[in-house]
Amino acid sequence: MSQTSRQNTIERVDFSHKSHYLTKAFKSPFYSRQEPLNHLKEWGRWADYLSPAAYTCSAMEYFACRNTCTVFDLTPMTKYHISGTDALPYLNRLVTRDVSKIKPGRVGYSVWCADDGQVVDDGTIFHISEGVYRLCSQERHLDWLMTNTIGFDVSLHEETHDVAALALQGPTSCATLKRMGLEDIENMKMFDIRHFPFEGTQLMVSRTGFTGDLGYELWIDPNHAEALWDRLFEAGQLHGIKPMGDEALQMLRVEAGFIQAGHDFMPAHATVRSGYTRSPFELGLGWLVDFKKPVFNGRKALLSEKENGHRYNLVKLDIDGNKPGCDSYVFTKNKKQIGTVTSAAWSPSAKASIALASVEAPHGEPGEELLVEIYYQKELKWSRVMAKARVVKDVFWNPPRKRMTPPDDY
Amino acid sequence: MRTYPTSECNAESTTNGEPVSMKKYDAIVIGAGHNGLTNAAYLAKAGLDVLMVEKNTYVGGATASRELHKNWIYSNASYVSSLLRPEVFRSLELAKYGLQIVPYAGGNVTMSEDGDYIGSYVDPDVSRRDMARISPRDANAKVRFDRDLMRQCRFIRQFLLRTAPDPTSFKPRDLMGMLQMGKALMDLGEDVIYDMMRLYTMSISEYLDEYFEHPLIKAAKAGSGIIGSAMGVMSPGTAYVLLHHAMGDVDGTMGAWGFARGGTGAIAVAMKDCFEDHGGTLETGSGVEQILVNNGKVTGVALENGNEYQADIVVSNMTLPRTFLECMDKKDLDPEFLRRVRNFKIRGSSGKVNMALDGLPKFTALEGNPELISGDLHVVDSIERLELAYDDWKNGTWSKDPYLDILIPTLTDPTMAPPGKHFMSVFVQYVPPKVNGKDWTDAQRDQFGQTVMNQIEKYAPGFKDLVLHAEIRTPRELENEIGLTEGNIFQGELTMDQLLFNRPIPGYAQYRGPAKGLYMCGSSNHPGGGIMAAPGANAAREILRDIRKPNTVPEGWLDD
Repeated sequence: MSQTSRQNTIERVDFSHKSHYLTKAFKSPFYSRQEPLNHLKEWGRWADYLSPAAYTCSAMEYFACRNTCTVFDLTPMTKYHISGTDALPYLNRLVTRDVSKIKPGRVGYSVWCADDGQVVDDGTIFHISEGVYRLCSQERHLDWLMTNTIGFDVSLHEETHDVAALALQGPTSCATLKRMGLEDIENMKMFDIRHFPFEGTQLMVSRTGFTGDLGYELWIDPNHAEALWDRLFEAGQLHGIKPMGDEALQMLRVEAGFIQAGHDFMPAHATVRSGYTRSPFELGLGWLVDFKKPVFNGRKALLSEKENGHRYNLVKLDIDGNKPGCDSYVFTKNKKQIGTVTSAAWSPSAKASIALASVEAPHGEPGEELLVEIYYQKELKWSRVMAKARVVKDVFWNPPRKRMTPPDDY
Repeated sequence: MRTYPTSECNAESTTNGEPVSMKKYDAIVIGAGHNGLTNAAYLAKAGLDVLMVEKNTYVGGATASRELHKNWIYSNASYVSSLLRPEVFRSLELAKYGLQIVPYAGGNVTMSEDGDYIGSYVDPDVSRRDMARISPRDANAKVRFDRDLMRQCRFIRQFLLRTAPDPTSFKPRDLMGMLQMGKALMDLGEDVIYDMMRLYTMSISEYLDEYFEHPLIKAAKAGSGIIGSAMGVMSPGTAYVLLHHAMGDVDGTMGAWGFARGGTGAIAVAMKDCFEDHGGTLETGSGVEQILVNNGKVTGVALENGNEYQADIVVSNMTLPRTFLECMDKKDLDPEFLRRVRNFKIRGSSGKVNMALDGLPKFTALEGNPELISGDLHVVDSIERLELAYDDWKNGTWSKDPYLDILIPTLTDPTMAPPGKHFMSVFVQYVPPKVNGKDWTDAQRDQFGQTVMNQIEKYAPGFKDLVLHAEIRTPRELENEIGLTEGNIFQGELTMDQLLFNRPIPGYAQYRGPAKGLYMCGSSNHPGGGIMAAPGANAAREILRDIRKPNTVPEGWLDD
C-alpha cells in the first residue's frame, strides 16, 4: 500500500467544522487493524476516540500480557509538546520533581499540583531531545499549562492527535521488537527513549508502560500507524502477540500499583467539593516532591503539609478470600469507617484479592490489619462479607524482567 | 536463549562416598512431588527443621519438567493445572517464587473420523453454537448438565482443604465434621441428593445419556470420566471421575484449565523455593531404603545411599503400597493393615508420549482454527470406541485405537520451545501396567509409542515428520521414574470405595499412618489426585495439630 493511499484510509480527529457533533467518537489511526480483530465488537470510549474494551476476552488478554505480549492503543492519551529555551525551568516550575534529572533520551514520571498542593494530574515527561519534551497525561490541561508559561520562553502545543502510539507490553515484547529489526533494542534501560528509522519516518520507542511488566511504548506519525501495527504483529506472531483492550489494562495496572486520575484521585481542576482532592503525599507520591527546588507549584502548601501531616494515605490492600473489594468501605479492626477502596481486582497472578484504597491518616501503615466490606451477588442474591485485609508495602506484581537489561526473550 | 529453570537440582551430594548419619530433624518428608513439597513448605513455615528427601536428581515427581531435547522443556507427566488450590498458591506465596498459571485459549475439541468435530471455546455463546451445529437440543441440555455438575462440584469442593471426618469416631471434631457434612448434604435439597447417589455410582456413559443424544457430544464429555482410571466409560463409578476433573478452576472460572508457565515443573520449583526460603533442607538423588520404626514410633529414615537421618515425624508422599510394602519392615505393621494396603486399588491405565516438534501439526478437521488447537485435542468419537479401547486393557495390552488427550502448550507458553517450534504432550489411555501379565520390554514401549503417533497421524497427516524427539512413558516408566505404583496417576483410583473417609483405606483417612509419628501426604489420601496440593496441605495441618504448633495451613474459601 502506498503512503498516499494509507493517508486516505486514516480518519483524523477533526472538529474544525460544525458537523463534528455527528461523530461522537473518532476512529484511532489503528482502527482499520483493530476492527477485524475486535471479535466482540464492543467499543469503549477514551476521550475523543473509540477504544476496545476487549477484543476477544479480557481475561485471556490479561494473561497474554503476563505470558507473551499485548498491544494496546494509547493514541487517545493527552500529549503536549513543550520546547523553547525555558522548557526545563518551565517544567520545573510546573511539576513537583526535579526535571533536570530527566536527561535527554529519558522519561520521568511526575505529578503536578495546584497552588494549594492538590494534585492536578499525574503523567510522564519524555525528554525527547535536548530541551524538547512531551508531557503525557490522562486529563487535558492546556489552560493550566498556558497559564504557567507566563514569564517563560517556551513553545507549547497539544499533539494528542498528531502522534499515534501503541503500548507493547509483556515478557516477549523485547523479542518481538528485536525480530522487527529494531537494532540494540535489548540494551534500552527502563525509561530510555530511542529513535529508529521506520519506512521513511521516525519511530520513537520508550521503555515505559502501565502494566508493571517488561514493556515498551511506540510513538509514530499517524500516517504510518497501520504500517507499524502490521510490522509489529508480523514480528510478534511467533511470540504470542495479541491485541488488548482496556478491561485487561485495568487489572494489570492495579496489580502494578499504578493510580489513575478519576479512579484513585480526583484531578484538582475538575473537583467541585472541597476536601475531595488529594496531595502527592496522600497518594503515596511524596518521593516525587523535591523541596530542594526553590520554586514549584504548590511548594508552600506541600511544605506546610509535610510539617503538619496529611489527611489520607493511599494504600495497597491484600484482602482475604476471593471476592474483589470493588467500591467497598474500609474499616479498622474495631469497625470504625476510615476510607474507601478506589480500585480493586482479583489478581490472577498473585491469586489474591487486591485493592488500592484511600484511608484516613495515620491509618495505612504497612502491616496494619483492616476490614473491607464487600458486597457481592450470586444468582441475583446479594451477600455481604467483612473481609480481613492487610496493608502491604510492595506492589502485587513486580517481576525481575521488568528491569532486566537486556531482558530475556520471554 | 536462556534456559528456563527446570526441576533439575544441583545434586547436592552430602555423602562424598561416606555415609552421613544421624542428624536429627523435626520432620522428614519423603518424595519431592508437589504434595510432599507443599507439606514440607507448610511445616518449615511453622518453624520446623525439615528435611525433604527425593530419589531423583530433580524435584517434582509427577509434576516435573525436564529438558530432554535441547531447548525443549517437557511437562513429563502432569501437563495441565486446574485443581491446584488457590488458597495454597496464595499462602505459600507461589507467585513470589515465580509461579504463573496461564489458562489456555482453546477449550477442547473432539474430532470425528468423518472430519467433523465438536469444539468448546472460551466464549460460551460460541461453544453453544458449535454444539447446536450438530445438535440444537444437546446444546440446550448442556445448561441442565452444567447446573447439575456444578451443584455436585460445590458440595465436594468444600471438603478439599479439610480432613475427612471419621464416621466411626466420637471425637468432637469428627462429630462436628460429620454434622457439617450432613448439613451440607441436606442443604443440597432432595433432588440433588438423589442425583449425587447416582453420580457417584453410575458410569459416565449412563450419566451422559441423561442429558445428551448426539454420539460425538457424548464422546467429547466422556473422556474426563476415564482419565487415570482402569475403568471403561461403561463401568459404574466413572461418572465421579468426570466430577473430579470438573471441580477445579482457574481464577474462579470453574472447570477451566491452564498451564504452569515454564512447564508443570514450575509448580514444583516454586514450592521448592518456598520450602528452602523457610529454611528447609532438600536432599536429592537417593531414595528411601527404609522408614525406621522403634517400639511403634518412627525414628527416621535410611536412604539407599547409606545416609540415615533421625526425626520423630516422618511424612511419606509416596503411594500407599510403596510406603508400606516397599519402604517399611513388615514386622512393624499389622497383618490386617497390610492386607488392606495390598488390596488398595491402584491399577495403571495410562501412558504418556511427550514430543519435541519441528513445527505445528495441521489437523485436517480443524481447518487451521487457531483457538481450538490451543486446547485439549481428542480423537475418539464415540462411547463404543472408548469402551473398545478399554477392552484392550482388560486383554492385557495397550489400546490399539487409544483415547488421547493431546495438548500443545507451546501455543500458549513461549518458554518451552524455540519460537515456531512446539512441545506436544499426549496422555494416552489405556495402557496396562504389564503386557499380557509380563513386564514391558523396550520394544513394546516403542511399539506403543508408534500406536500413539499413528493415531495422531490419521488426523494430522504429516505429523510424524515433525517429531524431533519423543519420550515414551508406559506405566513401567511412570513407576520406575516417578514411583507411581503400577503407573496410576492418581496414586490410587478415585472410586467411591476409596474416597473421603475411606481414602486410602478405612481408619487411616486422616493422614496418620499405623506408627506414631508416621504421616502420609500423597494423593493416595483424601481428596485424591491431580495437582491439587490438598493432601499435602491437609496432612501438614494434622501434623501441626498433633505437635501443638501454630497452624500455617489455610482453610478453604467457601463457594457461596
